[in-house]
Amino acid sequence: MVIVRPDLVEEDLDRLVSTLEGHIGTAGGTLKGTERMGKRRLAYEVRKFQDGMYLLFNVEGEGKIIAEIERRLRVTEPVIKFLTVRVDEEQKRLDKVKKIREARVRARPEAPAEEAAPTATTGGEAAPAAV
Amino acid sequence: MADENTQQVPTTGAAAPEAQRTVTTPSRGPRTGPGRPGGPGRDAGPRKYFRRKKVCKFCVEKIDKIDYKDVRLLGQFVAESGKIVPRRLTGVCTPHQRRLTDAIKQARNIALLPFTSRV
Repeated sequence: MVIVRPDLVEEDLDRLVSTLEGHIGTAGGTLKGTERMGKRRLAYEVRKFQDGMYLLFNVEGEGKIIAEIERRLRVTEPVIKFLTVRVDEEQKRLDKVKKIREARVRARPEAPAEEAAPTATTGGEAAPAAV
Repeated sequence: MADENTQQVPTTGAAAPEAQRTVTTPSRGPRTGPGRPGGPGRDAGPRKYFRRKKVCKFCVEKIDKIDYKDVRLLGQFVAESGKIVPRRLTGVCTPHQRRLTDAIKQARNIALLPFTSRV
């Protein structure tokens, strides 16, 4: 997740986003997705800014590649703060839990299938809600 | 060790750490009487402390991923001062409390939650 200074024009922001995506590409990482989370008020002052534009990049790559991306982010002037969170282990755990839950739902016989269906949907809805 | 209030001046030096421990966080409702023990089964003896059974919100709602981006969810477990609320007040189970703490600290680092806010 990257915080960019809030006083950028729309086109400057677009240019910056594509620059960062380019950095990710040239460093050797795979960009899985970009999300612009919009301007938010910061919980505390960062480099004399009270607001910031939040961007989220979903990147896949080795450690060295991520380190390179971080190095470039540090140098990029409009970027005022960034945070790299590793999600592969967490994702593995979530997939495992989901699989166990689905197996449990499928293992139930047909008769209580109506009861099983609502539990499956609530389980499925809970995951995006937490995100 | 039944001092549960915010006004008492510690009488001895030894009471100082205790007084610190029993400072009540403002956002968690009024708690009169002695503090709750960690859970049942500590001693089979007097259970007069035992209040309502608090359940872990994450276990009940089956929330798997505690995301640092979800400020609304995280904000429920943070006091007005910005401090993380202990699990004996919120009823969260240990593994979820640990993940919640990690998420809150990540959110603090990315300025989604404050480290401290003036009360």
